[in-house]
Amino acid sequence: MRILSLAGRRLAASIPTLFLILIGVFLLLQFAPGDTVDAMMAQMGGGDAATARELRKFYGLDLSIPMQLGNYLWRLIRLDLGFSSIYGKPVATVILERLPPTILLMTASLSFAFFFGLLFGVIAARGVNKWPDTLISTLGLVFYATPSFWFGLMAIVVFSIYLQWLPAGGFEDIGAVQTGFGRTIDIALHLILPTLTLGLIFLAIYLRIMRASMLEVLNLDFVRTARAKGLDETRVVVRHVLRNALLPMVTLIGLQAGTMLGGSVVVESVFSLPGLGRLAYESVVQRDLNTLLGIVFVSALLVILVNFLVDLLYARLDPRIQAEA
Amino acid sequence: MSAVDNPILTIESLSVKLPKGADRSHALGGVSMAIAANEIVCVVGESGSGKSVMANAIMRLLPGEVAIDGGRVLFEGKDLASASNTEMRRVRGAGIAMIFQEPMTALNPLRTIGDQIGEMFEIHTELSKSEIKARVLALLQDVRIPDPAQAARAYPHELSGGQRQRAMIAMALALDPRLLIADEPTTALDVTTQAQILKLIKELQSRRNTAVLFITHDFGVVAEIADRVVVMQHGKVVEQGAVKDVLTNPQHPYTQQLIAAVPPLTAPPPRALSDDIILDLADVSKTYRNGGFLGRGVRVTHAVKSVSLKLPRGATLGIVGESGSGKSTLARCIIRLIDPDGGSIVLEGKDWAKLTRDEVRRETRHIQMVFQDPFASLNPRRKAGDLVAQGPIVHGTPRVQAVAQAKELFRLVGLDPSAIDRFPHEFSGGQRQRIGLARALALKPDVLVADEAVSALDVSVQAQVLKMLHELRERLGLSIVFITHDLRVAAQICDLVAVMKDGEVVEHGLAGEVFGNPQHAYTKALLASIPGGDFARSRKPITA
Repeated sequence: MRILSLAGRRLAASIPTLFLILIGVFLLLQFAPGDTVDAMMAQMGGGDAATARELRKFYGLDLSIPMQLGNYLWRLIRLDLGFSSIYGKPVATVILERLPPTILLMTASLSFAFFFGLLFGVIAARGVNKWPDTLISTLGLVFYATPSFWFGLMAIVVFSIYLQWLPAGGFEDIGAVQTGFGRTIDIALHLILPTLTLGLIFLAIYLRIMRASMLEVLNLDFVRTARAKGLDETRVVVRHVLRNALLPMVTLIGLQAGTMLGGSVVVESVFSLPGLGRLAYESVVQRDLNTLLGIVFVSALLVILVNFLVDLLYARLDPRIQAEA
Repeated sequence: MSAVDNPILTIESLSVKLPKGADRSHALGGVSMAIAANEIVCVVGESGSGKSVMANAIMRLLPGEVAIDGGRVLFEGKDLASASNTEMRRVRGAGIAMIFQEPMTALNPLRTIGDQIGEMFEIHTELSKSEIKARVLALLQDVRIPDPAQAARAYPHELSGGQRQRAMIAMALALDPRLLIADEPTTALDVTTQAQILKLIKELQSRRNTAVLFITHDFGVVAEIADRVVVMQHGKVVEQGAVKDVLTNPQHPYTQQLIAAVPPLTAPPPRALSDDIILDLADVSKTYRNGGFLGRGVRVTHAVKSVSLKLPRGATLGIVGESGSGKSTLARCIIRLIDPDGGSIVLEGKDWAKLTRDEVRRETRHIQMVFQDPFASLNPRRKAGDLVAQGPIVHGTPRVQAVAQAKELFRLVGLDPSAIDRFPHEFSGGQRQRIGLARALALKPDVLVADEAVSALDVSVQAQVLKMLHELRERLGLSIVFITHDLRVAAQICDLVAVMKDGEVVEHGLAGEVFGNPQHAYTKALLASIPGGDFARSRKPITA
């Protein structure tokens, strides 16, 4: 009940956020020179002013900006994302086709970063200032300081070209039409390198946060109580420290969901994955306003969804969070 | 040392080393003592005396850099100082259990009380889940928590301080340990709760024949609960013996000094009070509202309910009450750190309740506050002299003159004037509270509001600061509003006393009358709860 009412209020609070983001992006794009029609005319190899005017009228681009914005928002409320003139399909279809790789990539990277960040953070904190800690902290700093595209390129060079263990790019093997389990394995193999590339930076961040948070919690009074009860060190960590130390990590996931979407643009480009990130890049280049706004809408929804889940998880983890507070 | 029959725990010349760079080389230097079954031994000492280190050394729970480097701790024939970690874990909880000062932080906030008590059985016994559950309920009943079944399901933050400490005690006694170490278990509690917890510990101890090693800084608690006393200073035992002998006939000068510093409960003879009222509170109220959305589900807390009090010029008005009684809210209203909802606060003819923010800033030199925590209330990055001079500078005194004044004030509050260039962390707690006082006095206020100003201090330091307040009051003609939860302190310094409960003043009058002949049931309960009340009443007031 406590969690349900919390969930309800969080969802209600995110709706204005969503609209503010959309309005902001819409206005921002109006400042950029050129529109869809310019891009289309350029693709067609040029055309006369009358055709351009007709096209603008057809796509509703001749209206005033507030009218265009109003139209757009009204269509959004009916869950209609519009029509992409570049791809010749409804925007919703375009995005849905590109969504699975990105979501898979994000989930995989996040899980990878979270799990190993947690593990290494705990190991580092248990042996603070001894060699495991030094090693882990140094590696963490290296991961954090290295740009992800470089990691991606080096991973391709080593694992795909030199060792030939893993595919260099793409989402699945197009040559061999596979179904069921074989296809799952194929996609998983394709995603290993992108996941590592995207996850390493986040791993470094989680690792540092987990280490600091563990060290802080280990100094708290109730840990002393746990030891005074006669618990061994493993149980002290697993039963008393871990859950308390996880709280800042969980907060961080919510904060970084957006960053991760941004990072996926680079990684999807390096590994030529047909994901949302690359779609966003292409629609900016092609002035495909409808698609771009659709992507912003979906990304914002994703981030809000992740934060919503994180809030629920946090409330589940920490009984002190009051529904009314 | 004094022989103890059938000791359960014997400590033989135990010494504990501190890390390099600490203020002394050893936290404990050759401590020897013993506890027999079925007795309560109180270890008394001021902060830094090593009493808590001793408790943690017995359990081998010392922080990383601090280590036992000599002596033996014999428990049931085994030397704990050299026992392996596995052996030690078997002793912890089952043989020796421990309760701590702060029951809020000593319990894991994310797990239920029942779960945490049950853990004791999980690690040390083979009991089934349902048996554990039944045992936990029985334990919670034993420590007399209201509604044990619900308390078992509750998280620590859902219980009151006293209930949390009861839960801690239930957890410690779960496996019927031979020895219970209680490290200042009632220091963080209100006086009435403290009295109940002390009674509970004493009762459980005699029923279960547990030996109790009770660590405290409060001789009142000692008089209330102890069979024997061990007095510690600078990591050494300076005196030990039966409680009656030590309290009435202390041998060591340090013990004599500590006992002399305990404020007696009898008020000094009343002073003549001026007819001139300097501060006049009438119907002051403050209500907090929180939560709620567009007026729905608002929680209203009446922190202060129409309080009317008068402070004559040159007098000291004590406001006493337990936590949540609204005394600190009232103090903050008086100096307008928060805005009262209604009523008037008339100081020198001006109604403070109605001044604007700007006017308050200008007028604030007439009324100044001294805060409770001498560690947190001074900016650690600024020099002590700057902190004192800051007020006058803001109010327009040239810098050079303000610094000269600061030096003068340092001398006034008994600090070395050359210390103005030092930072707050270079001073001890008592010295810091003197800086806080100098800071408040720098603006030459007419009224000083002291909010628990001596509560965080050791008893001997507390006595010094109180004595200084006495002297300053005479010399500067200060009028003081003195807020405290400690009735013994209030009895010492206050001419007038107001007792607050749930935001209301339930009784007020001359200190001697309120303490000597309390009328309201709550005042009577408060006075009856003071640990070692008879001991405190038996002593003569010390006046400066």
